[in-house]
Amino acid sequence: MGIGKSINRVDAVEKVTGGAQYTDDFSVPNCLVAKVVRSTIANGWVKSFDLSEAEKVPGVVKIVTCFDTPDIQFPTPGHPWSVEPAHQDVSDRKLLNRRVRIYGDDIAAVIAEDEVAAARAARLMKVEYEEYPVYITPEQAMAEGAVAIHEENPDNVLKHSAFHIGDVDFDQAIAGEDVRIVEGEYQTQTVQHCHIEVPVSYAYMEKGRVVVVSSTQIPHIVRRVIGQANGIPWGKVRVIKPYIGGGFGNKQEVLYEPLNAFLTMQVGGRPVKLELSREETLSCTRVRHAIDLKVKTAVRPDGRLVARQVIAVSNQGGYASHGHAIVANAINNFRHTYHDEKSLQADAYTVYTNIASGGAMRGYGIPQAAYAMESHMDDIARAIGMDPIELREKNCMQQGYVDPMSGITCYSSGLLECIRKGKEYIHWEEKRKAYQDQTGPVRRGVGMALFSYKTGVYPISLETSSARLILNQDGSAQLHMGATEIGQGADTVFIQMAAETIGFREENIHIVSTQDTDVAPFDTGAYASRQTYVSGMAIKKTAELFKSKILDYANYMLKIPADQMDIRDGNIVNKESGEQLLTMEKLAMEAFYSLDYSVHITAETTNHCKDNTFSFGVCFAEVEVDIPVGKVKVLDIINVHDSGTLINPRLAEAQVHGGMSMGLGYALGEQLLFDDKGRPLNNNLLDYKLPTSMDTPELHADFVQPTDSSGPYGNKALGEPPAISPAPAIRNAVLNATGVAVNSIPMNPQKLVEQFQAAGLI
Amino acid sequence: MYDIEKLYLAKSVPDAIAALTADPDAVIISGGSDVLIKIREGKLAGCSLVSIHGIRELNGVFMEEDGTILIRPATSFSHVTYHPIIQKYIPVLGDAVDQVGGPQIRNIGTIGGNVCNGATSADSASTLFALNAQLELRGPDGSRRVEIADFYKGPGRTDRAHNELLVAIRVRKKDYEGFGGHYIKYAQRNAMDIATLGCAVNVKLNPAKDAIEDMRLAFGVAAPTPIRCHKAEALANGQKISQSLFDEVGKTAVTEVSPRTSWRASKEFRLQLVEELSKRALKQAIINAGGAVNA
Repeated sequence: MGIGKSINRVDAVEKVTGGAQYTDDFSVPNCLVAKVVRSTIANGWVKSFDLSEAEKVPGVVKIVTCFDTPDIQFPTPGHPWSVEPAHQDVSDRKLLNRRVRIYGDDIAAVIAEDEVAAARAARLMKVEYEEYPVYITPEQAMAEGAVAIHEENPDNVLKHSAFHIGDVDFDQAIAGEDVRIVEGEYQTQTVQHCHIEVPVSYAYMEKGRVVVVSSTQIPHIVRRVIGQANGIPWGKVRVIKPYIGGGFGNKQEVLYEPLNAFLTMQVGGRPVKLELSREETLSCTRVRHAIDLKVKTAVRPDGRLVARQVIAVSNQGGYASHGHAIVANAINNFRHTYHDEKSLQADAYTVYTNIASGGAMRGYGIPQAAYAMESHMDDIARAIGMDPIELREKNCMQQGYVDPMSGITCYSSGLLECIRKGKEYIHWEEKRKAYQDQTGPVRRGVGMALFSYKTGVYPISLETSSARLILNQDGSAQLHMGATEIGQGADTVFIQMAAETIGFREENIHIVSTQDTDVAPFDTGAYASRQTYVSGMAIKKTAELFKSKILDYANYMLKIPADQMDIRDGNIVNKESGEQLLTMEKLAMEAFYSLDYSVHITAETTNHCKDNTFSFGVCFAEVEVDIPVGKVKVLDIINVHDSGTLINPRLAEAQVHGGMSMGLGYALGEQLLFDDKGRPLNNNLLDYKLPTSMDTPELHADFVQPTDSSGPYGNKALGEPPAISPAPAIRNAVLNATGVAVNSIPMNPQKLVEQFQAAGLI
Repeated sequence: MYDIEKLYLAKSVPDAIAALTADPDAVIISGGSDVLIKIREGKLAGCSLVSIHGIRELNGVFMEEDGTILIRPATSFSHVTYHPIIQKYIPVLGDAVDQVGGPQIRNIGTIGGNVCNGATSADSASTLFALNAQLELRGPDGSRRVEIADFYKGPGRTDRAHNELLVAIRVRKKDYEGFGGHYIKYAQRNAMDIATLGCAVNVKLNPAKDAIEDMRLAFGVAAPTPIRCHKAEALANGQKISQSLFDEVGKTAVTEVSPRTSWRASKEFRLQLVEELSKRALKQAIINAGGAVNA
């Protein structure tokens, strides 16, 4: 019973036997298919279409263009709606866009009987454009005279924000001080989530309402945005989320569901399926922002950070999506992870360009921040001749820290213990010594990096979650959640939490995995590593209520005061002695069918979470660098995490493995490229170098488990954190091996050969 | 769903040649690992296909009477790799085609398709160059034989006429007997990737195994077609095995290639790889030929 046990995933058998149904598995009779027609320019206007050839293609049912869709701008990020207009997301796109902002922008859609007819018609459509210059980088988009990509932002800066901690600025802080100044510029690249299941939905009408079945992390938010984008009441929209094949933040975004709802309404409610290709997914959905970070630090000879300055510039791409929230999160992390004695100044800019739009992706700005911050910490350590771990330990967040800006409190920290475990595993001291003064073409190194990460989005956004429990006749229960299973194992840990609090066995709690917004409780969904924390609180609150209702009924049956009874292994027992008093089945049958006092025992609560806490972790990596050919082989790698109490250790380990794999790709290979016309060059999985199993070393995961007093079960964030620290750890290991500080990722072979040549190693 | 306008399943080689002659726009499909991708991308959408899949006379590996190894073109990569004749006499070719894509692709993709695509990056190509492979093409007027070095005409272009079929790849005894070979596929990933550079060496040593008698050095992606480095070969032949020889081979090879800069890799990076990989491939080929390399 309960938490801390590695029970099997509740969906394991269904998934491995093919029984689990994903969106595309549902066969819908009479279903049409839709294909989005995409612009072949990256910046400009659609002037006109010539549909004459396309409409002749047999099987084409209807073609709609950007001249046919409602003139409504809507937001797409999966944030809770804000009732205050000032805090609402940027509404900067329409269902189809006449103003083209990216190559492959959505300018029309073909509805046809099959994919071949849709593709043939799309190829035959003729489009007349007015073209503007194309901006790939923030620098180009911010240049004098650049055309505004959105008229609301004439200088192409979506937002600039800044903060300052301390009473003095950088120069005042170092006046008269014995400090060393270390500066660095660190560049991160555009990458994509590459979830296995591409975005797919089908939509149809039923009794005057629109139903959209979609692969999404956020069904309740999708419902809202479908209503907003189409100008229809939200109650007329029903969204159903079946099993989904990964999201990693790209499906914390309302992608094509509003358009698909529009399309079914255009064909009298006939079902329409809209599935993207991998190529469209890579360059026309969302990506991780490329952020450049300039960092300047004043450090004392003993390693104490005196003052830092950070300037971060984020490449937003064509549409705002999550927009500035991501780079703002990135600079905040500088404030959280390390503390300066006197001053920290940080500025962040988010700039529209004409590449793929940046959105949420596992880590939400922190992988970029950590790459810069942790590379920089190693650069500082080298500059002052100090062990990089000692430098970090001297300056990192300690338990009890309260963020002066948000009030977020560090209720628990196992960070130092994570470091200790990582050091011991990798044999830090011996290897740092052994790898000094290497020569020859192949060299080895060890490196590390750490991170801190918030749990959920409080206090920036609303954190709310609801859960429902229903007693069955046999004494088992149904658990209904608004929070979503997206492959991470949420359903399993939800059951464990409910079992823990009620006193049931896990096998007697049946979870409804599908969220149907007509019946599922409200929850904003899977993102921000929030569900075990925020939705876990809702489960705990609901389970406590459910338990008290059961005990009340037991009191009716047994005439024993409820507070003298308990539920253990699913049965009513004497709280003191543990003696079984009543089976749950007997209680449930009586509750259902009593001729005297029948009651359907259910519980439903909403928990409004007004708290947050920090999780921590480290990555240690050992690499072998083949200098003449620019290859890095990761010989050994470990992530050690403090996510508080683990609900299911084996699932936690799996979560860490997945994140490390993402981190390895981020470090060494992945990068979405665009030419100077904004055309994606490598939006396919041959040319976009996602690591294969043959490129992945054995991944090691370990944990420390302090109990976090704010977490419902002592737990805190785990979903996103594993992806954060591998890239800087590998970068620092390459630095240890070769003495070359590579300040941009990915560290792909050509870049490494160029830098090794510049350093005289080749 | 693939946009294929017509598909003709040829029953035999003459039948396939007749079908190609009758349809000047038809495209040959064998394993489909390249053609289906082009159809999906739209490049070949609505195409007319002549399938040679399943024609038995195009399949298998054989030893001819004079010791020539005959590889039929529709033999899958995995069947080439695991065929006992290949494993015994030209394991380097088996190793090379075992680096194509992943297991699924190697089970459907064919060595003949790899050659007929005319791609400089084909994993079989540089090794076949280093083995002086000879190709047999058959058309309506009968068969002709062409050396592999004369077959590649440019990126994606070959000497094969529209209505000709590749029916055999031959490696003659003089080109494999006593040789040791090695192929290095340099790609960013260890699987599911396309070569940034392919380097094949086939080498025969003197009886004392301390000098090179006959060396062939071939590259893929170092030029618009696979190429041989004849100058580097000439300087190596007759030389004692030594570090300075390796260095000289590497430096000379760089002068014989003409890689281009693309977004996939710069010319300078590929030149660095040419120099380094020619040394590494030669060393390993010497070891495979029974020689020793100090360093």
